[in-house]
Amino acid sequence: MENKDISRRDFLRKASEGAVALGGAALVGSCASPSSPDGASSTKSASVNEGMEYRTNNHNGDKVSLLGYGCMRWQMKKDKDGKDIVDQDSVNELVDRALEGGVNYFDTSPAYLQGQSEKAAGIALSRHPRKSYFLATKLSNFSNFSEEASLKMYRNSFVQMQTDYFDYYLLHALGGGGYPQFVRRYEDNGLMDFLLKEREAGRIRQLGFSFHGNQESFDQFIALHDKYHWDFVQIQMNYVDWRHADGIRNVNAEYLYEELDKREIPIVVMEPLQGGRLSRVPEGIAAMMKGRDPERSIASWAFRFVGSYPRILTALSGMTYMEHLRENLDTFTGFVPLSKDDLEFLEEMATLMQEYPTVNCNDCKYCMPCPYGIDIPGIFRHYNDLVNEGKVAQKGTEKYRKLRREYLLSYNRAIPTLRQADHCIGCRHCVPECPQSIDIPSELHRIDSYVESLRRDTK
Amino acid sequence: MLRKIRIVLASIFFIAITLMLLDFTGTLHRYFAWMAKIQFLPAVMALNVGVIILLVLLTLVLGRVYCSVICPLGIYQDIVSHLSSKRKGKKMRFTPSPELKWLRYGVWVLFIACLIIGLQPIVALLAPYSAWGRIVQSLFAPLYQWGNNLFAAISARADSYAFYPKEVWLRSIGTLIVAAVTLIVITVLAFKNGRTYCNTICPVGTTLSFFSRFSLLRPVINTEKCRDCHACEKKCKASAINIKEHSVDYSRCVDCFNCIEDCKFGAMRYTFAYGKKKKGTVKAEAPAQVAKATQDKDGSDPGRRAFLIGGAIATTSLALKAQDKKVDGGFADILPKVKPQRETPITPFGSKSVKDFYTRCTACQLCVSACPNNVLRPSTDLSRFMQPEMSYEKGYCRPECVKCSEVCPAGAIRKITAQEKTAHHVGLAKYYKDLCVVTTDKVDCGNCARHCPTGAIIMVKINPDAKNSLSIPAVDESRCIGCGACENLCPARPLSAIRVDGRQDHIIS
Repeated sequence: MENKDISRRDFLRKASEGAVALGGAALVGSCASPSSPDGASSTKSASVNEGMEYRTNNHNGDKVSLLGYGCMRWQMKKDKDGKDIVDQDSVNELVDRALEGGVNYFDTSPAYLQGQSEKAAGIALSRHPRKSYFLATKLSNFSNFSEEASLKMYRNSFVQMQTDYFDYYLLHALGGGGYPQFVRRYEDNGLMDFLLKEREAGRIRQLGFSFHGNQESFDQFIALHDKYHWDFVQIQMNYVDWRHADGIRNVNAEYLYEELDKREIPIVVMEPLQGGRLSRVPEGIAAMMKGRDPERSIASWAFRFVGSYPRILTALSGMTYMEHLRENLDTFTGFVPLSKDDLEFLEEMATLMQEYPTVNCNDCKYCMPCPYGIDIPGIFRHYNDLVNEGKVAQKGTEKYRKLRREYLLSYNRAIPTLRQADHCIGCRHCVPECPQSIDIPSELHRIDSYVESLRRDTK
Repeated sequence: MLRKIRIVLASIFFIAITLMLLDFTGTLHRYFAWMAKIQFLPAVMALNVGVIILLVLLTLVLGRVYCSVICPLGIYQDIVSHLSSKRKGKKMRFTPSPELKWLRYGVWVLFIACLIIGLQPIVALLAPYSAWGRIVQSLFAPLYQWGNNLFAAISARADSYAFYPKEVWLRSIGTLIVAAVTLIVITVLAFKNGRTYCNTICPVGTTLSFFSRFSLLRPVINTEKCRDCHACEKKCKASAINIKEHSVDYSRCVDCFNCIEDCKFGAMRYTFAYGKKKKGTVKAEAPAQVAKATQDKDGSDPGRRAFLIGGAIATTSLALKAQDKKVDGGFADILPKVKPQRETPITPFGSKSVKDFYTRCTACQLCVSACPNNVLRPSTDLSRFMQPEMSYEKGYCRPECVKCSEVCPAGAIRKITAQEKTAHHVGLAKYYKDLCVVTTDKVDCGNCARHCPTGAIIMVKINPDAKNSLSIPAVDESRCIGCGACENLCPARPLSAIRVDGRQDHIIS
């Protein structure tokens, strides 16, 4: 069985290598990066697994697995005081399996998982040789931009992750609050100068930023390339955001990609799956995808999409469960890029998806905690799932009564009553936090009035 | 045969009424609500003349079959007594006893007096259907709901929607204690002496006994066939048979027909025997601790509650302080709401006035168990102890729901439709600016106005001249019906910034 699988994959791979111009083999490694310092860690090659697809960082020659591990969505459990804590056992298991499968890029932040992600990743990864993987973390100084607080956050990351250098270090989520916010967070407090020195000292091997924002601010950040030399940039990219970003506070990934590609800046992709939304697509779209290739998972289309672009260094996936990891390893082991036809097909699917009234939420939880206790991502996820499954009860339709009951019961099951949309007061604290620029209160109120109409309709 | 018919009918009534008191989905009420409506005291309170006449006629013709077949508390005692007699050597454990007149009629007079002067808690304490209602609602319903929640968890795993969870919460500690004491006393009495409660305490039993003495059909001893074996006497749970005198006390006989079945000589017959009134006279002890034991106290402590509310208010501002802006930070804690002091209690939509409601209500708890929104609960106020009242900490009286009005057997809540409900004004919301998040947190809100089903809340600018002024709610008194949507959904915790007070007289607009 297994043999058969591999031979099929090998065949496809060989067939595609020649044919597809978009393939990963086309990467040119211009090792002209001035920033690889510190003999110990220059042009290092982390552990490499035969089948895994690797991309070479043209700045320093790092061979990075095309599948990167996003450490933002690990399982949480309750400790004995009822507090959420990371399930470290499952993290260890996942990290071990990922390394074994050839994944060598791990991305975290001091803000993830209620501030526990770095430590959990540190515990799991420190059980392996430091050189067998690349570590990426961020300066997530959202609430307090003071030099003192920012430095404290930076230094704490080393402690949490049990390391003395970071392979990739990011200014977290530039674009929110525009260019002036960047100046406040990194320039006014002297942090930018500090980080450049840290890069020279080798404690930061590659310095870059992650981006959520409009085109104007992106252009401004890219213009800083001459001054700061961005070693890499992390952008949100997937087949929907490629050409269907809202354009107001988000830029089409196609534009971002081309701008970075022009400057030969390696790209790290976040949200290739839109927080899992692209693995749960509307029924009709799922049918078309399965019709095109019955053996490939729905999610694999999204990963293959981003992997098909050569400037992509790695695509981050926040794999919560072993099943996610296995499925992704499958996709990226013996990676087959998409054909031109496939890309057109996905663009068609993305266009179709715009017709569904889903909420564009990626479950990143940056809006949380809502000061009034609302489970914002949970409500959106529940709603989106039912929209995608075609289970939104529409009055006058045949299945209305059954779907109505299911909607209300599943809503109560998914969200505790006190955290449901009817408790959203519309204070708008969440709005500036949303990287997807969703008008969260009005979406919540829209869902609430729908739910209220269902509740009232007791025959 | 008669006994079997009695047992079958009693089982149906007992199971249906009990399940109805347990059911929180409102399914069974549709089919069995009539069983509650033919309970004697509720029918009296509802001035349901048809039912009263029917029950009196039934008793005049057949005797106190009501006590054996219709009354759930009576049937419960039969079950306990039956189990008790299964013990070794306890098969024939009864002895004939005389009627405890002073206690029996004393309690009856007290009961009628309380009914007239409106001491409803005493009425509810003594009335059999109310007693069973509070036992089931306070003691059995939590078990039933936990069981249901187990199924709900299983069905959630199986992705089925057959069951959904129901929050189990303590509605009134006082009522719970009274219910527990009632259950223990009734069980002990039934276990030892059968129908003692029915024939000494129960005011309904006493009332029916006035008619059953003259019933047309009754068990009669055929002295020619009787061999004086005393089997019937020792098995009579009502202690109503006296073989020495060959008499049956028809004021206490509940027509269980056990004696007829048990007589080996066919000496006992259920037959037409109008006017042949006979009574037993042999003395025997009868426990009298019921009245004493069931007089329990409220259980709530106003001082303690005031302290809790005070403390809770002090912590409000703390809890709602917008936290340091951090992303991916889990959930903010939500303080539970506390029950505010209401000047006038809120009584359900469909009740005429607070006074009328508490005069008619027999505290059977049927509405409490039927309320799907966790609004109704037994009151802890002494003057209406155990009778339900509304409060909005856990939910509000939703516009589409009229469940309580459909089940009330006592006419305390009259049947209304959801359309009519929006025209009933049971309370009035009042706004407390100091607690409102618009004031404390300086944020936009308007959640009360957004959810008011009658559009009674108008948002007005704090500063009418400023363009970006925040708005606070104002209540249009003529539109507010008192449903509590605003109070329940108010983000101010633990005490809402907009709260409903009951109306003495419910206005219908």
